[in-house]
Amino acid sequence: MLIKDKKKLALTGGYAAAYALKQIEPDVMPIYPITPQTPIIETYAKFVADGEVETEMIEVESEHSAMSAAIGASAAGARTATATSSQGLAYMHEMLYIASGMRLPILMVVAARALSAPLSIHGDHSDVMGSRDAGWVQIFCENPQEVYDKTIIGMKLAERVGLPVMVIMDGFNTSHSVENLEILDAKIVKKFVGEYAPEKSLLDIENPVTYGPVALQESYFEFKIDQEVAMATVAEEYKKIAKEYAEISGRKYALFEEYDLEGAEKVLVLIGSVAGTAKDAIDVLRKKDQKVGLLKIELFRPFLFSEIAIALKNAKEIIVMDRAQSIGSHPPLYSEIMVSLQNASNTKVSSIVYGLGGRDVFKKQIEQILEGRFREKYLS
Amino acid sequence: MNKDLAKNLAPGHSACAGCAFPSIVRTILGEATTPVVISNATGCLEVTSTIYPYTAWNVPYIHSAFENAAATISGVERAYLAMRKKGKIKKKIKFVAFGGDGGTYDIGLQALSGALERGHNFLYVVYDNGGYMNTGNQRSSATPYGAGTETTPVGDESFGKVEMRKNLMGIVAAHNIPYAAQANIANLADLKMKAKKALAVDGPSFLTVFSPCTNNWKFPTSQYVAIAKLATETNFWPLYEIENGKYKLSWEPKTIKPVTEFLKTQGRFKHLFLPKNKLILGKIQKIVNDEFARIASLCGL
Repeated sequence: MLIKDKKKLALTGGYAAAYALKQIEPDVMPIYPITPQTPIIETYAKFVADGEVETEMIEVESEHSAMSAAIGASAAGARTATATSSQGLAYMHEMLYIASGMRLPILMVVAARALSAPLSIHGDHSDVMGSRDAGWVQIFCENPQEVYDKTIIGMKLAERVGLPVMVIMDGFNTSHSVENLEILDAKIVKKFVGEYAPEKSLLDIENPVTYGPVALQESYFEFKIDQEVAMATVAEEYKKIAKEYAEISGRKYALFEEYDLEGAEKVLVLIGSVAGTAKDAIDVLRKKDQKVGLLKIELFRPFLFSEIAIALKNAKEIIVMDRAQSIGSHPPLYSEIMVSLQNASNTKVSSIVYGLGGRDVFKKQIEQILEGRFREKYLS
Repeated sequence: MNKDLAKNLAPGHSACAGCAFPSIVRTILGEATTPVVISNATGCLEVTSTIYPYTAWNVPYIHSAFENAAATISGVERAYLAMRKKGKIKKKIKFVAFGGDGGTYDIGLQALSGALERGHNFLYVVYDNGGYMNTGNQRSSATPYGAGTETTPVGDESFGKVEMRKNLMGIVAAHNIPYAAQANIANLADLKMKAKKALAVDGPSFLTVFSPCTNNWKFPTSQYVAIAKLATETNFWPLYEIENGKYKLSWEPKTIKPVTEFLKTQGRFKHLFLPKNKLILGKIQKIVNDEFARIASLCGL
């Protein structure tokens, strides 16, 4: 950790997440190691070992138990966080639905990684796209600064809307890359996230509550509708919290990022760390007077169809870049964009899948895509 | 209904008449001297006690999934420690997890092992009815040798399950926890004594309790205690404790009844009494004798 000045640090995305978590100081953190999430939990374990935080860490024996323990802790009224990647997220898949179904505001940092088989420890979005229907808010980050900021925003958002939140960074590209970032004073963060005071808790002995009942045909449906209703409040609450966060940090986050979108005829839509490369490519092409721009998705769940449709309304051609497949269907982001643009019949939309299993993407390749010189389905 | 008995698990649940677990749960929780918080694996106990918008639980309760009652209670217990540290809670609370044998011997074994190893302050109770009864009687690793189930059906080429029961007590004991015991609802005073000891442990403790299932063992609803009693009188279900690693037999029958006395009370073993299965009955008696001898030897007898 290189300290440049009081507030600027050179950190990896993993360390940035751990640092934000340290300032949030959850009551309970169940943890289980998996590459490339390990730096997050190792760093946090050292904070605990050095007495910098009072968090109860639970070194569970699997990711399934990590999410199970997180559910128990959160239902007991504890501010709860965890972190995972890839097979770990797949292994806790069953419990993701139970966390959201019980409306527990658990925060989970994900260093997104490919799924087996064959085994790959490297980054892509297969894992998090696999959990896109699990009832969790999904916030994507481009770089370590966003990881730090959105971890803090995500905790507050979870507790505000009563839904679990994933804060997602690209495995290795972000989790293991060092960048300079600004961090806030610990006291400011503590005040920003505030005290967590849930209405109900398993530890409220005088007012016993039953979590996780059986719901039969006449009630199950309503529980599921309620989750959708809660999810529908997320965009507005995210905007409010991001605004409050801008006041303490000076960094502004919107529902998505528009980069040179104004006047852009050809637009890239993508998620995560590749946005940095894409911005560089756009800078090059803009200097050549090419009308190109970028829309970077930040919230994937909820997906903001109408807002995105408005943002893309002047684009003549859109290229959607997915870092995951939906084998047998269209890639996940492309599908969502097609739904967003269902009334924009004159817009040409194409799909490219890139970066599976940690395959690098270079600025030149994105320039080629934007110049119409690359027309394949896979940027492999 | 005795109000005191029902103070934790109220009447109005929908367990079958003649099911053992309501009295098991009430007897165990009746020995608690502090407030309790319950975690429960998916299974008969859970589905019959928490049909929304009703609950039979008068104490805080969480069910999250099938395989993770022990992992879920781990989180609850650590949340409690965090709140105590902050001074938000002062009361002593004991944490108790309930699971059937499917949720414990099989799918929940990893989560149980993890929680025992980590040393959480909780009592884990398995109500052992020897199969997946909530899904209609499929074989588990707790199903006895020779029992007919829906996945080990009796047929021309089959006499039921061909494997012996898993030695879960041995597995639990290998975690070197302070207290583990095998008990039976038919031996009420013994069950109460063991529950009291298990709840008093400051750390992990474990109880495995014999839980006859009227539906799938196929016996009249009035008979669950009588059948449970026979299980212990035939040495099919010996009562013992493992306290700080030391095995101790809780009860030894003066005259051991033949295991057929137990087997003949239940439809799941009916086929074993056909002449062609005579050897199987002999094998079951040998399994019971050997298992009791093994436990007795561990008890220094």
